Amino acid sequence: MTTQALMPKTGIRYWPGRVLRGIGRFLKLMSRNKTGFAGFLIFIFFVLMTTVGTLFVPEVTKADINAIYAPPTWEHPLGNDSQGKDILSQIVHGGRDILQMALLTGIISTFIGVSLGSLSALIGGGFDAFLSMLADIWLTIPRFPLLAVLATLVKLDNMIYLALLLSVLSWAGLYRSIRAQVFSIKERDYIEAATALDLGMWHIIFSEVLPNMLSYIAISFTFGMTSAIYAQVGLVFLGLVPLTRNWGVMINLAWTQGAIFFKDSIYFIMAPVTAIALFQLSIVWMSRSLEEIFNPRLRTG
Amino acid sequence: MNAGSGEYLIEARNLVRMFGARRERVTAVDDVSFGIRQGEVVCLVGESGCGKTTTGKMITGLLKPTSGQVFYAGKSVWTPRGDKGEDFKTYRLGVQIIHQDPYASLNPSHTIYKILSTPLLHHKFVANTYEALDRVIELLNIVGLSPVEDFLYKYPHQLSGGQRQRVSVARALTVNPRVIVADEAVSMVDVSIRVGLLNMMADLKRNLGVTYLFITHDLAVAKFFAWEGRIAVMYVGSIVEFASTPQLINDPLHPYSKALLAAVPEADPELTRSKKRVELRSQDIPSLLALPSGCRFHPRCPYFEPGLCDVKRPELLPVGENRYVACHIAAREAGAPT
Amino acid sequence: MEKQSSVPLTVEDLWVEYQIERGVVKAVRGVSLSLVKGESLALIGESGCGKTTLGVALIRLLVQAARITRGEITYWRDNKGIDVLSLKERELRRFRWRECAMVFQSALNAFNPVLRIWDQILDTSKAHGGMSTSQVRERAMQLLEYVQLDPKRVIDAYPHELSGGMRQRVLLAMSLLLDPQVLILDEPTTALDILTQRTIIDLLRRLKEEIGFAMLFISHDLATAAELADRVATMYAGSIVELGPVDDIFYRPAHPYTLGLIRAVPTVTGEFEALVSIPGAPPDLVDPPPGCKFHPRCPYVTEQCRVEEPQLKTHYSETHSVACFNVQRVQQDTLDLQERYAKYAGGKAS
Repeated sequence: MTTQALMPKTGIRYWPGRVLRGIGRFLKLMSRNKTGFAGFLIFIFFVLMTTVGTLFVPEVTKADINAIYAPPTWEHPLGNDSQGKDILSQIVHGGRDILQMALLTGIISTFIGVSLGSLSALIGGGFDAFLSMLADIWLTIPRFPLLAVLATLVKLDNMIYLALLLSVLSWAGLYRSIRAQVFSIKERDYIEAATALDLGMWHIIFSEVLPNMLSYIAISFTFGMTSAIYAQVGLVFLGLVPLTRNWGVMINLAWTQGAIFFKDSIYFIMAPVTAIALFQLSIVWMSRSLEEIFNPRLRTG
Repeated sequence: MNAGSGEYLIEARNLVRMFGARRERVTAVDDVSFGIRQGEVVCLVGESGCGKTTTGKMITGLLKPTSGQVFYAGKSVWTPRGDKGEDFKTYRLGVQIIHQDPYASLNPSHTIYKILSTPLLHHKFVANTYEALDRVIELLNIVGLSPVEDFLYKYPHQLSGGQRQRVSVARALTVNPRVIVADEAVSMVDVSIRVGLLNMMADLKRNLGVTYLFITHDLAVAKFFAWEGRIAVMYVGSIVEFASTPQLINDPLHPYSKALLAAVPEADPELTRSKKRVELRSQDIPSLLALPSGCRFHPRCPYFEPGLCDVKRPELLPVGENRYVACHIAAREAGAPT
Repeated sequence: MEKQSSVPLTVEDLWVEYQIERGVVKAVRGVSLSLVKGESLALIGESGCGKTTLGVALIRLLVQAARITRGEITYWRDNKGIDVLSLKERELRRFRWRECAMVFQSALNAFNPVLRIWDQILDTSKAHGGMSTSQVRERAMQLLEYVQLDPKRVIDAYPHELSGGMRQRVLLAMSLLLDPQVLILDEPTTALDILTQRTIIDLLRRLKEEIGFAMLFISHDLATAAELADRVATMYAGSIVELGPVDDIFYRPAHPYTLGLIRAVPTVTGEFEALVSIPGAPPDLVDPPPGCKFHPRCPYVTEQCRVEEPQLKTHYSETHSVACFNVQRVQQDTLDLQERYAKYAGGKAS
C-alpha cells in the first residue's frame, strides 16, 4: 500500500458530498439513542413550526365574538380563545421569540461559562481564586426575583438585551462546572505528554481539552436553553416584559380571563402550557443524543 | 555549580521537591543525585510513595525542583532564579515521558494518525502532511504496530492496552528524544504482552541510542530491562542504594534492598520456597509528615544500632566501583571511608 | 447426593454470558472444578479471560447483564449439597458469608468511607448471622488480632485512616467472621507494595494451614500463584486449559499457553534469562476463533486445532489435566524447566 492511499480523506473538492455524508452520519449517531432522537424530531418540529409554519398559518388579529371559547373544529384544531381568536395560530406565531431567545441565551451563557471556566482552571492562581469567589457570591443571589426587579428598571423589549441579561445572571453555575471539568482533564496524562512535547497552550486548550468536553458543553448548552425559557415565560407571564405574541402572554391572558373558572377555556390555557412543556422535554431528550454524538468512544470513523 | 559533569547525558544533583504548605508541608524527594550516561538504562525502584515518580517528573522538567539541579547534556535546565534555562527547548524535546496508564495517556478524541502527526507538524520535523504520514508509518513500524493501516485511523479506545502503550512510545519518538523516562510503563499491561513491549523498548536503545530512566516497583521487570544498566533503590524520598543491576539483584548491601529482594515472590515454586526471609522490626511505612530521626529505615531495620542509626542520617557513599549505599552498617562492613 | 466432606465446593460445566452492545460475551465457557479443604487453588490468566466472572459467579454476585446459562454450583456441608443456582435472594445473602466469603481486589472500595470499621463489621454480621453484639465484638477483636492488626486501634478507625495492606487484612478478618468454609480472593495482593504483599501472602498461608478452609484465589501474577497455590488452573478465553499441582504447572506445563506465560515472566534472583512473549492478543469473546481458542497465538498449532476445540483430559496423573492436542510436543520444550526442578529438588536432598 502506498502512502498516498493511506492519506486521511481531507480533500474539500467534493464538499456537497461531504456535507451530505456529514448530515447522514449526524442523523445516524442521533438515532442511536431512541429517546434522544425523538427529542431531536420534536425539536425540529418546533423549529419548523415557528419559522416555516408562520407562512402557512395566518396570524389572526381580529376578535370573533361568535367563536369565544369555541371547541376544536377542523378549521380551528385547538379551539378558540376568550376573544374568539384561533389558538393554533397563536401557538405557531408565539413560539418564535421563545426559541430565538432560548438559543441566543444558550449560546451566550455557554460562551461565557466555557471561556471563563477553562481560563480559570488553566491559568489558576489569583485569577482563579478571584473568579471562584465571585461565582460563589453570585450563586447566592436569588436569580428570578432579581430578574423581576431588573425588568421593572430596564425596558427589556429587545430580545438581545434579555438574552444577555439572562446569560450574565446564569454564568456562575456553568462557570463552576466547566472549571471543575477542565481541572480534571488538565490532570490527565495526555495533557502532560502534550506539555512534554511542547505543543503550546493554544494547542492544549483547543485540541486536547475542549474536544473532550464537547458533550459536556452541549449538555450545558441545552440546560442554558431550558432555564432561559422558564425565566422568559415567567417574566412575560408576570407582565414584566412587553412582548405581545408569546406563549407566556397566552398563559397570562388565559389566567387573567379566568381560566381557572371556566372549563371551556381549557384549550386556551393548556395549549401554551403543553407547547412549553413539550419543547422543554424535546431539549432535555435531545441532550441525551448530543451526549453520545460528542463521545469519542462512539466515533468509530 | 552551573555545569554538569561531562560524563552524563542527564544528571540529577541534590534534587529536593516539597509539596503542600506550612504544617502540611512534606518533602517527597529529599536530596536525590544520580546521573545517566548516553545509551544507558537506570532503573528507579521503590514502593509507592517513595518519590520515584516525582523524581521522574523533575527529570522530565514537568515539575520544577524545590532545590537542586537537573543537567541535560552538561547544561543546567533551570537558571539559578528558577526560570527556564537558555537551552530549555532542546531539553524539553530531548527528554520525553511514557506514562503508566495506557487508558489515560492518549487523548480519546484523536485518531492515532492525529496523535502522532501533531508534534511532527507543530515542530516542523516534516514539511507537509504527506511527509508526516510517511514518518507516522515509519514510527508505527518501529514500535511494532503493523500492518499500519490497521492502526492509523483508529481511536485509542479501539486498541488494547499494550497497543496503546506502543502508540505512547511512538508519540514520544516523534520529537527524536535522547532520553525517555518510562514511569511504570509496563505495569498495567498483561503478562503475555509485557515482554514484547519491553523488548521493543530495548530495541530503541540499541537502534536509536535512546537513554532510559525506567521507573518501576517490579524488581523482576527492572532486572530484565536494566540487566546491563544500574538500579537505584529509593526509600521515603531518598536513594538508599545504587549499583549495577547484577550486583544489586544478587548481592544487595542495604538492608532495605535485602528485605525487598527477599520478600518478592518468584514465579518458580521451588525458588520462592527456598528464599531466606528478612525479618523487619516493623511493617509500618513512615509517614512523610512524621519522619523518623537519623536513618529513615531505622525503625524497621534488622541491623539497627541504637545511638548511631537513630541519630545520624547516613549519606549515599561509594563502596566500590560504581556502587553506592546509604547505610552506616553496610558501609562499614564494605570498608567505605566514613 | 453424597460427597466427601473434604470437598466443600464443586462446579460442573458452568457457562456465563453477558450481553453488550456488540453481542453476547461468552465469559465463562464450560468450567468444572472442585475445591478441597485446606488447599488453595490459583486461577491464573490475563485480564478478560473470565477469571473474575467465574469467581463472582460462584457466589452469584454477577452484574445485571450477566447470567449463568448452564451448569451447576454445589456447596457441600455435612454431606449435604446446597444448589447455589436455585437459592432465593434471601437464602443467597445468608449463604454468601457463612458458606463462602469473597474478598475483592480493591480493598478501599469495599468499605463504606463514612462508617467506622466496627460499624461495618456489625452490619455484616447482623445481615448474616445470629450473633449478639458483644459476641460479634469479641470475635472481631480476636480476628483482627489474628490478622496481625492492633484491634483497639483499627476497630474504631475509618477506612481512609488505614493503609492498603491494613485494609486488606481487615477485609480478611471480616470474611472470617462467620466461619465460611470457602474463601474466594480476587487479586489479593495486586495493588500492594512488595513488603505489604509479603505480609498478606504469609498471612494467607497461615490462614489456610490453621483454619483449613478451601481457598480459591484469582490472580494474573504467576509469582503469587507459585508462592501460595497447591493447585493451579490456567484460564484462557473463558475455559480452564490446564489444571494441576503447582509443581507440575510450573515445571512440566503441558499447555502452550501456560508454557508461554512461564516463559514471559522473569524471576528476580539469579542470572539474566531471555524472555519470550506470546505473539498476538487474547481473543474477542464476542466472536472467538473456531477450534482451540489459543490457536491463533500458538506455536504448536496444527490443522486439528483450527477446527476442533480440545477438552480437558488428564495427563501425567489423575490430578493434572490439560486441553491440548499437542501435549507431547509441548512437553519436549519444557526439558529445561524440568532440569531446573531437578536441580532444586536435588539441592533439597543434599
